[in-house]
Amino acid sequence: MRHLLSTKDLDRDAAIGLLDVAEDMADVANREVKKLPTLRGKTVVNLFFEDSTRTRISFEAAAKRLSADVITFSAKGSSVSKGESLKDTAQTLQAMGADAVVIRHGASGAPHTLAASGWIDAGILNAGDGTHEHPTQALLDAYTIRKRLHGAASRGHDLDGVTVTIVGDILHSRVARSNVWLLTTLGAHVSLVAPPTLLPVSLRRWPARIGFDLDAAIDTHPDVVMMLRIQAERMHAAFFPNSREYARRWGLDDVRMARLGPGSIVMHPGPMNRGLEISAAAADSPQSTVREQVANGVSVRMAALYLLLSGEREGQ
Amino acid sequence: MNQHFPNQRFLISGATLADGTHTDLLVDDGRIAETGSGISARGAEQIDAHGLLALPGLVDLHTHLREPGFETSETILTGTRAAAAGGFTAVFAMANTSPVADTAGVVEQVLTLGETAGYATVRPIGAVTRGLAGEQLAELGAMAASRAQVRVFSDDGMCVSDPLLMRRALEYVKAFDGVIAQHAQEPRLTVGAQMNEGTLSGELGLAGWPAVAEESIIARDVLLAEHVGSRLHVCHVSTAGSVDVIRWAKARGITVTAEVTPHHLLLTEDLVAGYDARYKVNPPLRSSEDVQALREALADGTIDIVATDHAPHPAEAKDCEWDAAANGMVGLETALSVVHASVVESGQLNWSDVARVMSHTPAAIGSLSGHGEPIAAGAPAEFTLYDPSATRRISTADLAGKATNSPYLDRTLPGRIVATFHRGHPTVLDGNLVDFQNGTEALGG
Repeated sequence: MRHLLSTKDLDRDAAIGLLDVAEDMADVANREVKKLPTLRGKTVVNLFFEDSTRTRISFEAAAKRLSADVITFSAKGSSVSKGESLKDTAQTLQAMGADAVVIRHGASGAPHTLAASGWIDAGILNAGDGTHEHPTQALLDAYTIRKRLHGAASRGHDLDGVTVTIVGDILHSRVARSNVWLLTTLGAHVSLVAPPTLLPVSLRRWPARIGFDLDAAIDTHPDVVMMLRIQAERMHAAFFPNSREYARRWGLDDVRMARLGPGSIVMHPGPMNRGLEISAAAADSPQSTVREQVANGVSVRMAALYLLLSGEREGQ
Repeated sequence: MNQHFPNQRFLISGATLADGTHTDLLVDDGRIAETGSGISARGAEQIDAHGLLALPGLVDLHTHLREPGFETSETILTGTRAAAAGGFTAVFAMANTSPVADTAGVVEQVLTLGETAGYATVRPIGAVTRGLAGEQLAELGAMAASRAQVRVFSDDGMCVSDPLLMRRALEYVKAFDGVIAQHAQEPRLTVGAQMNEGTLSGELGLAGWPAVAEESIIARDVLLAEHVGSRLHVCHVSTAGSVDVIRWAKARGITVTAEVTPHHLLLTEDLVAGYDARYKVNPPLRSSEDVQALREALADGTIDIVATDHAPHPAEAKDCEWDAAANGMVGLETALSVVHASVVESGQLNWSDVARVMSHTPAAIGSLSGHGEPIAAGAPAEFTLYDPSATRRISTADLAGKATNSPYLDRTLPGRIVATFHRGHPTVLDGNLVDFQNGTEALGG
């Protein structure tokens, strides 16, 4: 794998292969010494133009468990905040000998630009770009669903026939985009539920069913309900009247949780707004995978870094 | 008379006119002195134009020359060299310079710099509002009465979105037969907009620039123009819906004219998928359905002219992530080839139509005399010789301005400018830009 920019580029075999490697990586986490020598001598740069402590430390833990050297380059307080361009930053990292760059950027497509630019030879791993994609989040979500469904026998399985309902701010969500492509590739049936204002104006090519009514979606008893974080600031741009109305219509509250039934799992990429898009009881219920998602995130990111750095490099 | 040359006669033999007839052209004292065949070549430099199309010098109603203020992108000298290389003999220079062209002083300076450069007539466009701020009218009358004789006013880059201010501007310029050229973009509907809003923008996660943001302003403006009886010109029309609105307005008798850029006639939003900032432009590239509608509108006269929106930027403004990149593309050097590829090869326009939409009508909209006249005895010697049978793979060597932000690099386009005559003298000869100081300079080499 030369880069990991988008789940749209992943075919079924590649996606299952990555999830299977993540299973192996998860085994490492259960050992007394949680470390593999695989990437010794490799340098992984965490290049974060946006604050995201969770994603950054998850990648950091993943790289360290594989014995890579980790450099964290956060835009705040660095030359980037003094107006240095992405190009100059990339060339600096190239000169320092980065083998992989994990990039989080506020501009959609910035990882593509980095990968296509010729500024840097390193493998590029998209850790979230604007409102475009967040491929490792989708991979850890797929991993988590598979694990819940198949447990220790997960290896080799796809998500054929699994029904997934993603609820919330689809328009601005890179998590939703990456999940729509990946889960569909793996055979799942994806539905999106959102206020009409928070859906892209045209979803013609999206392999997903679209709805506005969360109660109707709950009544279909999907295997998975994935709640997205809603930013309360969106109400200032007239996406919805206020957070109370949002919670009433699109929040997973206790009543809806009860109607959903025990057969469904509840996911959230975090950080959660408890009481807004998800109730405390739903978040803390046995059906909730929120903490598993965090743990699985490290395994999946280990797998991504491993495949990026230890395999044959195309074109090299 | 061109100040750089003593008078010199040129005999151009065997040229094909836009209507398909063949003629020789004798150029003398800044005019086409004679047409026909068997003209005496005595004392004249001879140019063999067999197989070449002679078109009236192209006139661009929408050029960003960047001077004063943004000379790292382009200067009036380099921008008019790009114009000459593309067969243009006159350009209208947009007002978004620094300082903004919102006073008589600035527009006269732009005029003077154009005269000094000598590559094309430069007609300044005046800002509609002071500093392009959209709050208070600029001194439109002073600019109109200045030596620059400004007739076209535009806040291009910014939309005059305040309906009352737009109404007043339309009314006010009637006093000197001016025209307001509107950049139609409802600002509230395009906050942070990065590309055409549609299926692709949703997939790419780029904030959408909806067609309705253009169409709603055009609809409002044609109604305002009707109400106050003024002339409106719509810049860079980019959507099928805008075409419908303009078609309706014209059928109603409203005095509205409209332009389309070469890039909106050829390129579609699909190019954005790789996040290559060369394709970032405002208004954005649209769908193939929009492109088809624009071609048809140009063919049936709903859209009156082609204008380049030549927008030079330094390399670093495009060599970056999409959101951070500047909007705009250079277009003067390739405009005729792109029109050739998009609407002539399809049979929608013939060469007489091209002369109309790229020379005659833009000169008429801009109240520019001495340009846009048919090639005939007595007409000013403003014309270009174009080889329609040539093809070229566009490279930076084809670009004569300062900037290289062309979306056509590495594309193959038909046609090639062989010569351009401005004020009776060549600015391009044998496909090479004439350097007034040092003789000819290689172009496309």
